[in-house]
Parts: sequence; C-alpha cells; structure tokens
Amino acid sequence: MSETAIRPKLVASSTGDRLRKAAPLLLAPVMALAGLIAIADPATWLTLTVAGLAMGLMIFIMASGLTVVFGLMDVINFGHGAFVSVGAFVGFTVLAWLTGWTENPAVMMNLAAVFLAILAAMAVTGVLGLAFERVIVAPVYGHHLKQILVTMGGLIVAQQLIHVVWGPDAIHVARPQTLRGSVIVFDAVIEKYRLFAVAIGLVLFLGMRHMLKSTKVGLLVRAGVENGEMVEALGYRIRRLFLVVFMVGSALAGLGGVMWGLYNETITAHMGSELMVLVFIVVIIGGLGSIEGCFIGALLVGLLSNYMTFLAPKVALVSTIALMVGVLMWRPEGLYPVVKAK
Amino acid sequence: MTEALLTLSGVHTHIGPYHILQGVDLVVPRGGVSVLLGRNGAGKSTTLRTIMGLLKPSAGEIRFDGNSIGGTPTPAISRAGIAYVPENMGIFSDLTVGENMQLAATQGPFDPTRLAWIKELFPPIATFWEKPAGTLSGGQKQMLAVARAIIEPRRLILIDEPSKGLAPAIISAMTRALGELKETDTTILLVEQNFAMASALGDTVSVMDDGRVVHAGAMAELAGDPGMQERLMGLSLEVHQ
Repeated sequence: MSETAIRPKLVASSTGDRLRKAAPLLLAPVMALAGLIAIADPATWLTLTVAGLAMGLMIFIMASGLTVVFGLMDVINFGHGAFVSVGAFVGFTVLAWLTGWTENPAVMMNLAAVFLAILAAMAVTGVLGLAFERVIVAPVYGHHLKQILVTMGGLIVAQQLIHVVWGPDAIHVARPQTLRGSVIVFDAVIEKYRLFAVAIGLVLFLGMRHMLKSTKVGLLVRAGVENGEMVEALGYRIRRLFLVVFMVGSALAGLGGVMWGLYNETITAHMGSELMVLVFIVVIIGGLGSIEGCFIGALLVGLLSNYMTFLAPKVALVSTIALMVGVLMWRPEGLYPVVKAK
Repeated sequence: MTEALLTLSGVHTHIGPYHILQGVDLVVPRGGVSVLLGRNGAGKSTTLRTIMGLLKPSAGEIRFDGNSIGGTPTPAISRAGIAYVPENMGIFSDLTVGENMQLAATQGPFDPTRLAWIKELFPPIATFWEKPAGTLSGGQKQMLAVARAIIEPRRLILIDEPSKGLAPAIISAMTRALGELKETDTTILLVEQNFAMASALGDTVSVMDDGRVVHAGAMAELAGDPGMQERLMGLSLEVHQ
C-alpha cells in the first residue's frame, strides 16, 4: 500500500500557541509572587499561602464534579451545593458517633474517624447523586432553563430536608485532636488542618489526573466531553458513563462538604448554596468542562481570597468576581476551554 | 442478486419541525461499496445518522442482517458491527492518535496484524501515534477517522463524504486506501459528492433527492451514461473530468 503513503506532515504549533497554552500554568505562581511582594512579610505570606491553597483545593474538590458534568452532558446543576451540605452533615454525624476516637490523642484513631466520616459522606451523597440525576436531571436534558429551575428546586428541597433531620441551627464541628492547633514553619504559623486539606486535595487532583490520562474510563470521559455522540457511535453508552460521573461528582462534593465543615468548624444547611458562588466562579474561570482549568481557577480563587482578606478586607468579597472578570476579558471561554464538536 | 446486508424501507426522519427523510428505500448488498449520491440537502447524511441510531426514524423499517435496528440505541448498533465515519470526522482532538484508536478498539487489545495493516494503509497513524489528534492536518484526520472505523473487523462501514475539503492528492490516496479496504470484503456505504471518487469505488449507487431515493442501480451504468447523470444529479462525469 505504498502508493497511499503520502508524506506525513504535522501541523506544528507555533511558539506563540505553545506559550498561550502554558500561560495559565504561570498564573498561580505569579499570584503567589505578587502576594509576597504586597504582603512583604514572608512568614505572614506563607501562612496566607497555605491557607489559600487549602481553601482552593477544597473548592476544587467540590467544583471538579460540576465541571465534568457540564462538559459531558451540557447539564448546569445548580443543585450541586446540596451535596456539599448533605456531605457536611453526614460527616458531622459520623464524627459525633466517633467522639471517643476524635478526642483520643492517637493520630491513627483521629485520622480513621475523619476517613470514616468522609467515606460515609461520599457514599450518601453518591447515592443521592444517583437519585438526583434519575429523578430531577434526566427529564430536562437539553433544556438549560429548565435545568437551572429544577436543580435549584432540588437544592431548596435538600436544604429543607437537612432542617428536618438535623434542625435549623448552625452546628459546631470539632476537629479531631491531631488536626487542632498549628505548627511553626519558618516563623509562619500554619494550621495543621490546612496542611491536611492541602494533602487531601493534592492527592485527589493527582489521582483524578491519573485516572483521566491513563485509564479507559478517563479516556471516555475526555472524549465524551468533546464529542459525546461519537463516543456512542464507537459503542459506548455515554448515559451510563454520565451517571457514574454524576455520582462521583456528587460524592466529591460530599467530601468537600466534610472538609469545609472541619475547616470552618461550623456547618449549616445553606453552606452548600453559599459555596456555590465560589464554585461557579472557579468553573467559569477554568473553562466549562476542564479539570485542569478548574484546578488552576480554584488555586487562584483561594490565594486571592486569603491575600485580599489580609491586605484589603473591604474589597476581599468582590476580589474573586473581579478575578473572574479579568480572566474572561483575557480568555472569554476560560483558561482552558473545552473544544466541543460541532 | 447479492444478498442484502442492510435494508431501509419507507424510512421517514424528522429533525425538529423539518421532515428530512420522506420514505427512503435503500438496499445495501453484502460486500463491496454502495454509494449514496445526491445534491446538498438531499438527505444523505441524515440517512447515515438514522441508520446509526443518532436520529430516530419516525416511520419505516431498517433491517441489518435480517434484524430490525430502527430506533435501537446507537451503542447497540455499533456493537452489532456497524462503524460510522461522520462528515466532521468525529476526531477527539484532545486525545492522541493512539488514544483515538484505543477507544475504537472496543473488543480488547489491538490485533497486532490488523494494526500493522492499518499503519501501512495510513502511514500518518504510525508517525503521529503519540501526537494530539487536534494537531493533524485535515487529510490526516480523515485517515484517522477511517482507521478508527476499521481497527476491528466491522460488517458495515458508513462513511460520510471522506473527500470533503481535502486536496486532490489526499483524495487520491484516500480512494486507493478505501479501494484496498474494499478488497477485504468489508461492506461500505459511502456518501460522496466527488463523483470521480464515487465512481472509482462504487459497485452500486443510489441517488437521493428531496429525502427519497430516486434511482438505484449499478455504478457502472450511471458512470457510463452522462445523460443519466445530468438527469439525476444535474452533472456530468465528463464535465468534471
């Protein structure tokens, strides 16, 4: 078949294209450097940076499921916050049952209690996600306005159910003994829990990245985000894949709820819907459907929030929205827009 | 008369308010290349998408190897042995060439002999195996789209306008590759506007107009009759040569 052998030629990307693709990777280091210059005190900067990374990674955990769900099936799920709240309350309940473990000075017992709380929260929110998709989302595929309305309705119902089960008041969540207090690193005071949150967030990100890059399910998710119809034409049931992704995304939101509850040490039924503002900002900054973009967006939001709270508390609230506006002016479709097949 | 592998009887398809296919009758014999011709908007691509289950027929029957597949979900149709190369090629540009091929191999690991044959048939597949498919040229993407469809033995391959937007040299290469594929007894239903390519490959031909098949017969008969070409499609092969 040598006649077919026309000379292979790759359309090489220019240096400009490569720089354009790599530029978002530099944003978080640049922001950290700018923070160091503005704050001037390295110890304070280190404290705020670790706090920012912890916050960013917790938001990433919650946002990653939402962005993949949107990318795969074009579904806007405003009810995602319900899984955050439910996860936090389930985690609190398990930790309350295991008070003997959390108040014990043994590190392993403390960690076991947290991991059991996380597992329970993920299991409950995963199953809840399955029911949410089947009952609420499935009937409104392809209708964005209906999706917004019906998923917001689902969120309100979930919040009211939390009031029924756990009561309407905010609940204090005590961290296990090992995760209380701080450590001193280079004269900087760093909360132990924030280091724990950074570790969990990084492990999850690396695990998710490995899954997406190196497994067949990951390939299917990436392919499905780009062209779901073609994935079906190759013989895969994308609806089933979507259901699994929706469940995993809901479970991750539940995990994020437990982490955020322990971070703030207070949980409310509305914590999920309040966090959704940050989650949506992160998803939009990253580019709808992009895990890498979501990760970078979450780090930017976490770092900026913490730096601005220290530098200019009055503008801290709007700083993340200003960040989103800035990113969208630079890249209207987000940092890493997913190219959808037409 | 060769046995029919695929039969469409009175198939109607609506897309939203539009009535696109208005009673398509089509027979694809087992083995060889059947070509579907017709002007833009005649319903050729819609016919392929309906066969593939991407559009649900509103009436009529589609039988594949004796079994009714009308309204069957797309993944089940694919697993029954029908591969599809869409007009936009359906390449996953974020995935590497190798990953694109890997996704198409639904029955397990690659058959080394078949993969070697495909790499010989389409050399860019081997050269750019590790490269993101989005960086390939249009012709290379088309080769990848066809390679993906044949990475495992299929009973029927639906190919939608493989020459669209390609340079003449690439069209010639693609024609030769499809000709070699034809020799493997794979049945191909080819939608094509390029009459030179269609006539070089086709054994049978159906011409569509306004959502119906208005002519069916041997390709040699149509290729040898400029008057018939003019009447059916408003073109003459002689004019295009």
